[in-house]
Amino acid sequence: MLLEAKHINKSFHDPVTVPILKDVSIEIPKGQFTSIVGKSGCGKSTLLYILSTMDTDYEGELWIDGERLTGKTEAELARVRNEKIGFVFQFHYLLNEFSVLQNVMLPGLKLGKISHQELEHRAFEHLRKLGMDSKALKKANQLSGGEKQRVAIARALINDPLIIMGDEPTGNLDKKNTEVVFDIFRQLSEEYKQSLLIVTHDPNFAERTQRIIEMEDGRVI
Amino acid sequence: MNYPLIWNIAQSLSLARWKQTLVAAVGVMFSITMFIALLGFMNGLNDLLDSLVLNRTPHVRLFNEIKANENQPILLDNRYKKYHNFIRSIKPNGKNAQIANSAAIINTLKKDKRVLGISPKMIAQVFFNVGETDVTGVVNGIDVEAEARLFSFGDYVTAGSYMDLKNIPNSIILGKGLADKMLANIGDVVQITTAKGDRFPLKVVGYFQSGLGEIDKVQSYTSLKTAQKLIGQSNAYVTDIQIKLYDLNMAPTVSKEYAQIFGTDAEDIQTANAQFETGSSLRSLISYAVGITLLIVAGFGIYNILNMLIYEKMDTIAILKATGFAGSDVKKIFITIAISIGILGGCTGLFFGFLLSLLIDNVPFKTAALPTISTYPVNYDLKYYLIGITFSLITTYLAGLFPARKASKIDPVDIIRGK
Repeated sequence: MLLEAKHINKSFHDPVTVPILKDVSIEIPKGQFTSIVGKSGCGKSTLLYILSTMDTDYEGELWIDGERLTGKTEAELARVRNEKIGFVFQFHYLLNEFSVLQNVMLPGLKLGKISHQELEHRAFEHLRKLGMDSKALKKANQLSGGEKQRVAIARALINDPLIIMGDEPTGNLDKKNTEVVFDIFRQLSEEYKQSLLIVTHDPNFAERTQRIIEMEDGRVI
Repeated sequence: MNYPLIWNIAQSLSLARWKQTLVAAVGVMFSITMFIALLGFMNGLNDLLDSLVLNRTPHVRLFNEIKANENQPILLDNRYKKYHNFIRSIKPNGKNAQIANSAAIINTLKKDKRVLGISPKMIAQVFFNVGETDVTGVVNGIDVEAEARLFSFGDYVTAGSYMDLKNIPNSIILGKGLADKMLANIGDVVQITTAKGDRFPLKVVGYFQSGLGEIDKVQSYTSLKTAQKLIGQSNAYVTDIQIKLYDLNMAPTVSKEYAQIFGTDAEDIQTANAQFETGSSLRSLISYAVGITLLIVAGFGIYNILNMLIYEKMDTIAILKATGFAGSDVKKIFITIAISIGILGGCTGLFFGFLLSLLIDNVPFKTAALPTISTYPVNYDLKYYLIGITFSLITTYLAGLFPARKASKIDPVDIIRGK
C-alpha cells in the first residue's frame, strides 16, 4: 500500500472546537489515479494537507511507503515531501524570481541525488513532455496561468515522486486549460503508472479518474 | 547541506528586491565608514596627545628628592622600638639634589640589557634679567644628542638648530613663551642670574615649543656642561638620570630595582602620567560607543528590510517548504542574505572609511601649541578595520537571525490555503 491514513481526527480550536475530520481512514494503492470530491468545507483539502505531511496537527496515523510519518520532525517530513511527494496547487505555482527551468530543478537541487547537468537534462525532458520546453528559459511570471500549472506539474515530477498530490489544480483554470492539465494527469497515470491524489470540486474532472473518494462533513462516504 | 543551492536562492531573493538590499548594505557601509574614520581620528588624536607627553617623559627617572631623612635617631634606639613615635619639625639634612657617583651609575645602566638609552640632566633654577625685572625660569642642562635621540628634542625646537647647543659654547634654547616675554631673538644674548647670585650671558640659538604653554614660559635648555658651569659645579654634577627602556611596561619594576641599587628616588612613567592613560582610554571608549551605536542602528535597518522581504516572499517560502525545504534551510537562506549584506556593506565601508581617514589626514591643521603637526592626525591601525568588519558581521547576523527564525516557522498550509 502506497499511502495509508488510519483514524484521522482533526479539529479547529479557534474560538470554539469544531471537528473538521472525523475518524477518516483511507488507503491509496500504487499507480492509482484518485480524486477526492466533496462540498466546500467538507474537509477534503484539510485531509490532503495532512496526507501531504505539511499539516502535523492531527490525531491518528499516517503511513507512506511503509513508513510511519506521524510524530516525525519537521526536517524529516520536509525530506519525505522532497523525495516522495510532488505538489500541484491551485494558486501557488512558481517562484517568480527564477526561470521556468530553475523552478523545475529546485526540488531536485534540494534532494541533491544527481548531478546538476543530469538534473537539467531531466527537467528539460519533463518540460518537453508537457510541451513547455520552448519556455524553459523564461521567467516564471511571463507565463499564462495554464502554462504555469504545466510547469508546476513538471516540477512535481522532477524527483520521480511516489505520488503527486493536487489541491484543486484546475480550480483556477479555464475549460481549455483544465482539459490540458487533466490530459497530462491521465497520461501520467496511464503511461507511467504514476499515482495521483487530486482534490477537486469539479465533478466532470472527478468522474474520469479511476477512483473517487467522496467526503461529507468530515467523513468519507 | 546544499550550500550552493541556498546561496543561489538567497541571491535571487535579494536581487528581486535589489533596491532594498542596496539600502541595507549602504546603511552598514555608512556606519562602518564612520566607525573607521571616527576611531582612526580619535586614536590619531590620542597618539598625538600621548606622544606630546610620553615621548618626552623618561620611562624611569632617577633623582634625589629633598626631604628629611627617614632614619631618625629615635627610630634607631632600642628602647623606643615598640612605640609609635611622632616626629615633627625636622629639616632635611645636607643631602642635595645631586646624584652621588653619577658616572658609576651611568656606566652600570649602560650595561643593562633592558635599557635603550640614558640621558643625564641637571636642573637649575635661575632668573632671566630683562631690564629692571627678573623673570624666574628653569635651565635644563641636557646631553643634547641623547636628548634628541631618546626624547625627540629636535621635534620641539621650532626655530634655530638644536645641535647649536652643543656646537656653540654658552648657548641657550628658550621656550617660545619665555623668549616672547624677553623679546629675545635668535642671536641675541640674554643675561641670567643663578640662585647663588652669579651673572652669565648666554646666546640664544633657538626656540622650542612643547605644546604646553605654561612649560614654554619658564623652561630653557643648555648643554649639560654650560649648566654645570652656571652653578659652578664639576662635570659629575647631575640631578636627574633619565632612562628609556626597550619595554615601557617594565618601567615600574625597573624603577623599584634601581631605587634600591642606587639609593636614589626613582619614578616610572606610569606613575608620572597616570592621568594621560585615563584620558586616552576614555576617549577610546567614547569612540567605540558611538561606532557601535551606528552599527546597531544599521542592524535595525537590516532587520526591518528582511522582515519586509519575508512578508513579501511568504508565497515563495511556502512553496519552498511544500517542495521539501526544511525550516532550517529557509533560515539559512535568510541568514545568508543578512550576512551577505553585512559583508558587502562592511567591506565597502572599510574602503570608504580608509578614504575618509585619508581625507581627514590631509586636512590642514596648524596650531601654535602643536609644532610638529600640520594636518589632522589619523591612526591607520589594522585593528580598527578588523573590529569594524567583525562587528558588522555580528550585527548583521543578529539582525538577520530573528526574521530568519520567523521565516523558518512559517506554516506553508496557512499560506497555501489562505488564498
